[in-house]
Amino acid sequence: MSYLEYTVRNVPAGPRKILYLNWPLVLLLTAVASVGFLMLYSVAGGDLARWAEPQMKRFAAGMAGMLVVAMVPIWFWRNMAALAYGASMLLLVAVELFGTMGMGAQRWIELGFMRLQPSEMMKVALVMLLAAYYDWLPIRKVSHPFWVAVPALIIALPAALVLKQPDLGTALLLLMAGSGLMFLAGVHWGYFVAVIASGAGALTAVLQSRGTDWQILKDYQYRRIDVFLDPASDPLGAGYHITQSKIALGSGGWTGRGYMQGTQSRLNFLPEKHTDFIFTTLAEEFGFVGGISLLLLYALIIAFCIATALSMRDRFSALLTLGVTLTFFLYFAVNMSMVMGLAPVVGVPLPLVSYGGSAMLVLMLAFGLVQSAHVHKPR
Amino acid sequence: MRRPPRDNADGVRRFTRRGLLLGGLQLGFMGALGVRMHYLQVDQADQFRLLAEENRVSVRLIPPERGEIFDRTGRAIAVNEPSYRITMIREEVTDPRAVLTRLARLIGIDDAAIEAALEELEQARPDVHVTVADRVDWQAIARVSVNAPALPGVHPDVGLSRYYPMREDFAHVVGYVGPVSDYDLSRIESPPPLLLIPRFQIGKVGVEAKYEFALRGKAGSRRLEVNAAGRVMRELDRRDGTPGANLQLTVDNRLQNYVQARLGEQSASAVVIDLASGDLLAIASTPSYDPNLFVRGISVADYKALTDNKYRPLASKSVQGLYPPGSTFKMVTALAALDEGLITAEDTVWCPGYLEVSGRKFHCWKTWGHGHMTLEAALTESCDVYFYDLALKVGIEKIAAMGHRLGLGEAFNVPMSAVAAGRVPTKDWKLQRFGKDWVLGDSVNAAIGQGFVLTSPLQLAVMSARLATGRAVVPRLVKTMDGVEQPAPEAAPLGLNENHLRQIRQGMFAVSNNRRGTAFRSRITAEGMRMAGKTGTSQVRNITAAERAEGVTSNEDLPWDRRDHALFVNFAPFEAPQIAVAVVIEHGGGGSSAAAPVARDITLQALYGDTPPLSAYPSGDRDRIKALQERLERERRNDRQPGRGRA
Repeated sequence: MSYLEYTVRNVPAGPRKILYLNWPLVLLLTAVASVGFLMLYSVAGGDLARWAEPQMKRFAAGMAGMLVVAMVPIWFWRNMAALAYGASMLLLVAVELFGTMGMGAQRWIELGFMRLQPSEMMKVALVMLLAAYYDWLPIRKVSHPFWVAVPALIIALPAALVLKQPDLGTALLLLMAGSGLMFLAGVHWGYFVAVIASGAGALTAVLQSRGTDWQILKDYQYRRIDVFLDPASDPLGAGYHITQSKIALGSGGWTGRGYMQGTQSRLNFLPEKHTDFIFTTLAEEFGFVGGISLLLLYALIIAFCIATALSMRDRFSALLTLGVTLTFFLYFAVNMSMVMGLAPVVGVPLPLVSYGGSAMLVLMLAFGLVQSAHVHKPR
Repeated sequence: MRRPPRDNADGVRRFTRRGLLLGGLQLGFMGALGVRMHYLQVDQADQFRLLAEENRVSVRLIPPERGEIFDRTGRAIAVNEPSYRITMIREEVTDPRAVLTRLARLIGIDDAAIEAALEELEQARPDVHVTVADRVDWQAIARVSVNAPALPGVHPDVGLSRYYPMREDFAHVVGYVGPVSDYDLSRIESPPPLLLIPRFQIGKVGVEAKYEFALRGKAGSRRLEVNAAGRVMRELDRRDGTPGANLQLTVDNRLQNYVQARLGEQSASAVVIDLASGDLLAIASTPSYDPNLFVRGISVADYKALTDNKYRPLASKSVQGLYPPGSTFKMVTALAALDEGLITAEDTVWCPGYLEVSGRKFHCWKTWGHGHMTLEAALTESCDVYFYDLALKVGIEKIAAMGHRLGLGEAFNVPMSAVAAGRVPTKDWKLQRFGKDWVLGDSVNAAIGQGFVLTSPLQLAVMSARLATGRAVVPRLVKTMDGVEQPAPEAAPLGLNENHLRQIRQGMFAVSNNRRGTAFRSRITAEGMRMAGKTGTSQVRNITAAERAEGVTSNEDLPWDRRDHALFVNFAPFEAPQIAVAVVIEHGGGGSSAAAPVARDITLQALYGDTPPLSAYPSGDRDRIKALQERLERERRNDRQPGRGRA
């Protein structure tokens, strides 16, 4: 469908658009972000100004951004997809050249007022471009090898750049979100089977390459894999993250130690307690009940988005919504797996809860796109 | 429409299918996460909760206050003094060198100390207190406190450290404390955690070491909440320990001080024992050393000076020094003979100046002989031949048995370091030790306390006490512990014939009161204070026939370490004995000339409890004694200046 097919009559226009926002989604996002504020306040030991307040401001800014994006017709964003992707690619290259080192990886560009993390922008831009691509591509050509190779390249380029930073977590996220979108667009099963098989082969190669001259990953990444497989092997060194976060979770029990009573994170046993490992604080202080509640909020967001996507009329909106949903899911699924000792520690934040500017803003803008698709759905 | 509807509808259907599939996968994965969460948080909660508790709680020991030691009059011998030190924590300071330089200007520490502190800071954990300056005075602490803003990371700290106000007087008795060494730890099966505290001090020698367990007390503990870096966040609870027990010794500090001063710079030792209780009123050894030097960590030069000194200041000669008792052993020989009924006190022996045994001549100290000797005369004039004769009659086994009954050859349970057992030889002992048979000559030598016989001054004092009382007096050094009187060992009767004992005592009385007695010049003239004693002069070398012929037997002609030991044992007052004394002056020459006057002075000092009146001394001696008393008084005053030698 092209925007010409939207008629002024069945698409909301002007201030009335506000009414057509997906309000439950807005409420859910706010609820999740509020959990984040609560936890950041607790982790800072009752200090509002340290993390909770900046996070609130960012969320407010993100919310405003989301509403602005939502008010702009979805076809405009479709036309912007290539531009967004191109800009993100440029920034990724720029970060490679001028980026700041943080935690052993080049990840952001210091802009003064904020740290720009191009890999975060790329997550949304990639989804946008792929959705636009499949919107443009006739369905019967979808499984044609050439038309499969094009999106594969679109995905592989930024993933490779991010991997080089090195940021294995985000690279994997890009790959998974991109291929998920291709799958949704209807690419033939065979391709995925082939990719998964070759991926398994590649993984074997990566593990086998260890200790040789052409070693693919950095030593610390290998160690993390080792420790992931057996955290007890190095409880004070590499296994420290996982062991301590499991202790935090486990000591929470059914109902937790009570708000501000968690000892693991407040006493700094947990590194990155306000960013990647913030879930442990929640789980320690509010126990299983608190953890499962957050998981339910996330599940509701996913469910709402999928339901919206399935009711979309045009391919771009539907693919974009599902793509954003998938990205969002991948964020918290990887983060929680990592915290619960089911995945290696790869440095992926808990969406909307972890302290951090880029991720929060980008996610809110992405949900702005989802809202825009929802608002401008022909009725 | 650009696309055929069929194509479109098919696409929408496939999209919906795949969207639902992916959504289902997502929700399924979330379910798995929930299950995992349940497993970690509910099923394994107990285990992890325990781990979290271990994580956050750190137990720290509170060192107990060490028990203090007092003399029998309640005067402090070993006390705990607040000691100030200045520490630094690395994580609180950005530029340690600059801060330390500032600190050095303020309290005057030298560059070497700064470098040492910097090195230690580099190695220690960032949150650990590193000692920058130890034992600083109160003014330095005040200066640091006032300038605290300019000295980040610098902390004044107060602890307790041992101080011995009596210094040299009690060094051998009480000993000293020092930091736990690896050697100390290696000797203990499973050292209590308290000993692992850096710089924790334990008793090294003397009472401090022997009563270490009681003095140390029980450590308390604090449960602290710490963060991942080990930094203390707050105290959860606190269990105070038990301070160590206070000890009161039987020693009288005034008498001890007098004895130390009277022995002076000679290599000597003396023991004063209370007859009623066995209390050791003084147990001295000279020269001595300042135990405070060891507490602070003695310098190499000081330590070398102590070990190189030929008078062996570190040795506790009163219990550790072993000497041939010489003629002081003669009471043992005589009592053995009397007890066996082989002689009576009236039997006489002819002393021609020597006795020939198995073809060898054993000489009396009096070359031309004493003539006819009774027991009393033999003791009075210390005739050797009389006792040679007794030895041949009694045999060594009976003499050794009597020696043991009187406390010789016995390691008394006195809480001092290296208490020696000494030796009263028997035939079996010689066979075992040298693989040779006992010969009569050995008995003859032993009879006058030469040859294989070795005794410590403490044993000699006990022997004297047992002769005076007829009871098995046992020495006691600790009077009370935490105010509780320590049981005085039961002094059981020795089971000796009181007549025999009286005859021996009479002989000893004559030694210092009969004009012919070897210690007559060192008698006590005060009525009711007179003493009974026995001189001893023990050879440390063999006198060759050539020497005897040339007459080179004068001690003054010999190097110090080949001169005779001078000994004296006594008890007083003769009529109602209260105390027994033993004095040994290493290589001091003759017992009557060197040891007896010292023993007499000590006895008088002990009986009067203070400087005795001159009337107690023989009239001819009084001028000399007065001068001596004044000199000692002066020295003791100087020595007791408070604050001397304190850091």
